[in-house]
Amino acid sequence: MSTPLAEKYLRVDRLPHIWCRGCGHGTVLGALMRALDEVEADMDRTVVVSGIGCASRAAGYFNCDGLHTTHGRALAFATGVKLARPELRVVVITGDGDLAAIGGNHFIHAARRNIEMTCICFNNHVYGMTSGQHSPTSPRLSLAPTAPYGHIERDFDLCELARVAGASYVARAATYQARSMARLIARALRQQGFAFVEAITQCPTYYGRRNRLGSAADMLRWQKEHTVDVARARQLDPAELEGKIVVGELHRADWPEYTRAYAELVARVREEGTS
Amino acid sequence: MTQVQAGVSQGRRVALTGNEAVALAMKQVEPDVVAAYPITPQTDIVQYFSSFVADGQVRTEFMTVESEHSALSACVGASAAGARCMTATSANGLALMWEVLYIAAGLRLPIVMAVVNRALSGPINIHCDHSDSMGARDSGWIQLYSEDAQEAYDNLLQAVRIAEHPEVLLPVMVCLDGFIISHSLENLEVLPDEQVRAFVGTYRPDVWLLDAARPVTMGPLDLQDFYFEHKRQEAEAMARAVPVIEEVAAEFGRATGRRYGFFEAYRMDDAEVAVLALNSTAGTARYVVDRLRRRGVRAGLLKLRVFRPFPQRALADALEGLAALAVMDRAEGLSTAGGPVFVEVRSALYDRARRPLTMNHIYGLGGRDVGPDQIEKVFDDLLQAVECGEVRRPVSHLGVRE
Repeated sequence: MSTPLAEKYLRVDRLPHIWCRGCGHGTVLGALMRALDEVEADMDRTVVVSGIGCASRAAGYFNCDGLHTTHGRALAFATGVKLARPELRVVVITGDGDLAAIGGNHFIHAARRNIEMTCICFNNHVYGMTSGQHSPTSPRLSLAPTAPYGHIERDFDLCELARVAGASYVARAATYQARSMARLIARALRQQGFAFVEAITQCPTYYGRRNRLGSAADMLRWQKEHTVDVARARQLDPAELEGKIVVGELHRADWPEYTRAYAELVARVREEGTS
Repeated sequence: MTQVQAGVSQGRRVALTGNEAVALAMKQVEPDVVAAYPITPQTDIVQYFSSFVADGQVRTEFMTVESEHSALSACVGASAAGARCMTATSANGLALMWEVLYIAAGLRLPIVMAVVNRALSGPINIHCDHSDSMGARDSGWIQLYSEDAQEAYDNLLQAVRIAEHPEVLLPVMVCLDGFIISHSLENLEVLPDEQVRAFVGTYRPDVWLLDAARPVTMGPLDLQDFYFEHKRQEAEAMARAVPVIEEVAAEFGRATGRRYGFFEAYRMDDAEVAVLALNSTAGTARYVVDRLRRRGVRAGLLKLRVFRPFPQRALADALEGLAALAVMDRAEGLSTAGGPVFVEVRSALYDRARRPLTMNHIYGLGGRDVGPDQIEKVFDDLLQAVECGEVRRPVSHLGVRE
């Protein structure tokens, strides 16, 4: 199936995509596509960089230059792209295993530098590509092939991590709120600095089945029942927020952006001399 | 194909994939610590093993870490503390372990790791070739290659004994072909748990961390004064591994009837032409050797099982009488001088007064299938070289689109 928007932003000859039936990744892909359209992104000046995992396959569907890299390193590669060509729009597509486990170091440092790029984490709470092992965002005591009686580690709050590490923009959306997700990604695309969007997406094949969460539709219903908009969340006390996922724009700050600061430094040193 | 001596083994025959066979061997060895990270096509090994842990069938401490670098680092820590440790990986997972591979070997820690061979990125590919383990050939790890699930199972058990031998104390990689062996179901003979336990015994390190009576620091700065001596000791340990590998194989053979050596020479006694291959391709080549023999071609196969330490002299003994030899490399060394196995095998023959014409076929990269007809083409190349008395194309790519 193809629409005028898909014709413009996607390599429609590569469709249908590889994701399982009911997977939310296509919804996130669609949201990113609509967001790119909303900000009138010039696809000739846009680079999509991804790592390894189910989410990272999304890069290949965008009709622009792309760099499909190694596991966890998308942000490091993207940093190089942005430093070499600061005028390009850099979008990083990653997953929870990719970003929060093996690539966690790059995540906090990209945020700390506040280098301008839009990082979208497709968070399905498992390593889907290798059949559902628990990841750093799997809820505590959730089930996985590597944790058949529940895994005991705490899960990362990726948005909080991005915020405290220094990101300029942080938002969270679930695939149930696909339109809201597109709006939040569009805002991220407009942000000067490191912009992070956590896209909560359902994995009925591994996470859902293993944890008896039902079909994809059931998992979307779960999202509907367990997400709270940030404006409303501010009026609730912690007990009422227990077990809820706060969605919406969570953080915005105008820190100096890295490539601009770098250019300014070069200009200043050239003007003043090095002595 | 391992030579089986009837009547010795007390094992039972089961159908397992290569990954299941490795996981079962790990379960029977019951290491103290396993730390790992998922990567295709290795994932199953650790996943099966994790279910043994979860169900209380082993007492292993099992840790799902955040990367392969951390997996091997955790094994180094555990091994330094005196634990018997194992992990498993493939391709880029092994590449990410690079730094720690050298540390494990340099600190003389007998870690055992299954490497399910897969092509290294880029471009991204998840299928079999040997670029991963071949790239790690100089890291100080002993490398055992496995033709099938049986050999992967047997090699893993032997690896524990080799690694932990006090004369050796080096880590061991047990390599098996991704998907071709890791995901194929085969009949193999597995040993009773108690026989495995008796064979591998208990690891008793001489020194370990947290021994309050004898505090030690492992891996501190080692500059111009002693680094060289320590590397020399590591090289000597690798040399001492040669008889140990043979002793362990002999003991394993007595216990199971399955005989192993540094390599298997198949129909090599009177062979005029032969191919040398590692891992699953040896099985295909053996079939082709039989086919050619029926046509009167004096064909042979040399299947290399141990690549590190490299059995230079024994290999030269086995190969010098040939008229022509083709070395099959499932890795492009990108040196322009041939693949890694070829370069070393040819070098092994250099000192011999009598030596065969040699050629190198690089094949099967990224999982490209190699069938009997292609191996037969290699023999055609060999026979042609013998006829002309020279090798016109020393290095060629087999089964690639021109």
